[in-house]
Amino acid sequence: MKYLYVGAAAEVDREALTAVRERVAGEFGVPVRELELPGVEFAFDAGRNQYGSIPVLEMLSRRSPADALKLLAVTERDLFIPVLTFVFGHAQLGGRVAVISLARLRQEFYGLAPDREVFLERASKEALHETGHTFGLVHCVERRCAMSLSTSIRQIDLKDAVFCPSCAARLRRTSRES
Amino acid sequence: MKTHWQILVVDDEEVMCESLAAWLREDGYAVDTAPSGREAVDKAAHKDYAIYFVDLKMPGGMDGIETMMQIRRLHPEAPVIIITAYATVDTAITAMKEGAQEYIVKPCNPEEISLLVNRIIKVKNLQRENTILRKKLSRQYRFGDVISKNARMQAILALATEVASLRSTVLIQGESGTGKELIARAIHNSGERASKPFVAVSCAALAETLLESELFGHERGAFTGATQQKRGKFEMADGGTIFLDEIGDISPKLQVDLLRVLQDRSFYRVGGSEEVRVDVRVVAATHVNLQQAVADGKFRDDLFYRLNVIEIRIPPLRERREDIPLLAQHFVERLSHELGKEIGEISEGALKILMDYNWPGNVRELENAVERAMVTCRGHELTEEDFSFLTQASVATKALAVPAGMTLEEMEKLLIAATLQRTGGNIKESAAMLGIDRSTLYEKIKRYEIPR
Repeated sequence: MKYLYVGAAAEVDREALTAVRERVAGEFGVPVRELELPGVEFAFDAGRNQYGSIPVLEMLSRRSPADALKLLAVTERDLFIPVLTFVFGHAQLGGRVAVISLARLRQEFYGLAPDREVFLERASKEALHETGHTFGLVHCVERRCAMSLSTSIRQIDLKDAVFCPSCAARLRRTSRES
Repeated sequence: MKTHWQILVVDDEEVMCESLAAWLREDGYAVDTAPSGREAVDKAAHKDYAIYFVDLKMPGGMDGIETMMQIRRLHPEAPVIIITAYATVDTAITAMKEGAQEYIVKPCNPEEISLLVNRIIKVKNLQRENTILRKKLSRQYRFGDVISKNARMQAILALATEVASLRSTVLIQGESGTGKELIARAIHNSGERASKPFVAVSCAALAETLLESELFGHERGAFTGATQQKRGKFEMADGGTIFLDEIGDISPKLQVDLLRVLQDRSFYRVGGSEEVRVDVRVVAATHVNLQQAVADGKFRDDLFYRLNVIEIRIPPLRERREDIPLLAQHFVERLSHELGKEIGEISEGALKILMDYNWPGNVRELENAVERAMVTCRGHELTEEDFSFLTQASVATKALAVPAGMTLEEMEKLLIAATLQRTGGNIKESAAMLGIDRSTLYEKIKRYEIPR
């Protein structure tokens, strides 16, 4: 039996973690397990005051349990890849591991009043998106699909926390194969 | 699908290279990477990428600018995006001068890269679509598509092929529906001007002043309603071919203007004082006998001789009846695909009707007749019955029965329908035959609901 693991360090918002776990369990149809992960301080880049998502993915690959079909990590820290100013998340396309960052999903990050509902919804969408990449899904042209590209928080808010029929069908095909 | 567009990322820092490549792959692109300028040029020599992301500072004697220049030597239109961590005004200016599409500073905002890539791919898609459409179009109008085994037509095609690469003016004469524009397009597409525009103008369709502005363009304020400058068809056809259909119908003033363009290859826009020079090949066509028009003093002889450098006379269909079965079969094949009908054959009886008919509207009328028969046909073969409307029309053209008790209006409707039938639906010819002007004829066709 293979599982979809959702892992996080102790500091991560528990409510967000629950929302993510429930959403991926509902959408991918694979039994979900939780996993306690170490913090990502080792990936800190002092020059950018951010955390590199590439070393985080490398760590996840090493820590991935033997019975893990996929491992999705959730972090509070702001992530980046060298060429971009930030990323909401990062995944191995068609691989095993992915990570999402909650840092830029809260209203407070943009100087707005907190809104838990909006925050949890955003976390769920990003979880679906990055896990979708590990199943080989690429960005979808359908703006409301969870797999559509989001380079800003507005774009995350515009999409739904579900896959469009075409991505869902592609996902079913890949799941059958894996 | 984006995967058919390939992107090359060039950076000596592996982590930079791979992270951008991975990010673009998530967007659905096929991405290659190269750790040096030299390897990038090697890859570009084997493949033309849709976008090149090139890092500015790379060791090994070949920096981003040099890499870009070598790539652009291989692919002059290649969109190269220079990326750098050390932006200076000087490097930005050099990069743009040498033809970089964009110059971005890393780390870049994901939204910025995404918009940039989308913009370039959008243009690439349009360019690809344009190439495909151009290819389709030129395939559609080749001499090989002119169907005929008639000796006169073969001689015409040989002449047209021979003159395709020249700039000499061509005058195509032939009745309506004989395929004058098809020959004109085939001449254009077989010559060196094929990649340039082919602009067709029907001189009969517009009034004198409108036609003048249509052909030569106008300046802002040249006349009421000329709110901005407009390029004329001659300017649009620059480098290519202009096809002037129904040239016999142009006014004496336009005949003078046209003569000037043919002599000097230059003209003035309506209301303009600046001379506009163009390199345009003129192919003119007419269904009237221009020599006769010259003799009658309706057409300038000097213009006629300028136009008639190469003369092509297309015979009417009734003078090349051997082509009727060939053409009919061609239309059946083409239309069965378009209409979604499985009709492959034409019965002998039906062919006899087609061979006996006079075809005043020529090939166009034959095409319309085949389409009409196919629409009503219920089997897999076109029969005599499917073409019965042609035999009725033949009778109608022979004698117009006038039963007693008919109103004048009914009589008029009958006469207009018969005249249209005879001219193959040609409005101008029908109006002339009936002795009324075209707008009156249109109005009556509409009022009596006469099918054309």
